[in-house]
Amino acid sequence: MTENEKTALILLGCPQVPVQTSMALYLVHGLKEHGIQPVIAGTTAARKLMEVADPDRYYLGEMTDLDDMIDEITGKQRDFDLCFVFIHNDSGVAYAGTMAYISKARVYALIFGEHAQDLAGEIEFPCEVVAAKAVHNPMPLKRRLDEVMQWAVSKR
Amino acid sequence: MGCLEAMKPEIILSQSSFKEAREYIKKNVREYHEVEPGYRIFDVHIIGVPPLYIGVEGEHLIFPYTKPCHGTFVVKVPGGEEIGRLRAGKK
Repeated sequence: MTENEKTALILLGCPQVPVQTSMALYLVHGLKEHGIQPVIAGTTAARKLMEVADPDRYYLGEMTDLDDMIDEITGKQRDFDLCFVFIHNDSGVAYAGTMAYISKARVYALIFGEHAQDLAGEIEFPCEVVAAKAVHNPMPLKRRLDEVMQWAVSKR
Repeated sequence: MGCLEAMKPEIILSQSSFKEAREYIKKNVREYHEVEPGYRIFDVHIIGVPPLYIGVEGEHLIFPYTKPCHGTFVVKVPGGEEIGRLRAGKK
């Protein structure tokens, strides 16, 4: 990574909702296309799903444990330009709120699942909300993400 | 620094939201201290949107423990040296 290369953190919580893994891979692809280096932090299961889906690491780069990453950011050892948090439950909202507080990154709350709109109403901290009712079919969330990705990369 | 799950915490509230956990501690624990998101206690972080509280009850700590798949739990464990650190307001 060059010194001036922009970075993005992708935070993956519980992978219970099917669209998370494919949308995360799609986001990694989109960021790399724009010259932004993505780093994934997630639960063990969320990371294993990513590793199995991309065995040759065509898309995936650095991946790390969720708590280890929070340690590094709160310890001021590292930070990112952008932070995308995948959210489909209250814990996801809590993690996004934590990132908005501890990181200097521009935070994007990617909200999906059956209760996406209700969860979007729970967001009471500074971030960009990208919400779509997507459970099995990623297309509603992909369309919303495509809309914001254009200006996310231009504002970085 | 101990491992929370190995300490077999007493579960006071299970699978709640972080806001419900906050309200529980505020209403039910006489001594509580506000901490920043990401505050590390034992081997876990306090996750959520401010204000976030950790309570002290005798020799025990009562705090919200957020698991990505199962929501937020309010747990009670022996506090040990963490009580002093909390009262001192150290990060």
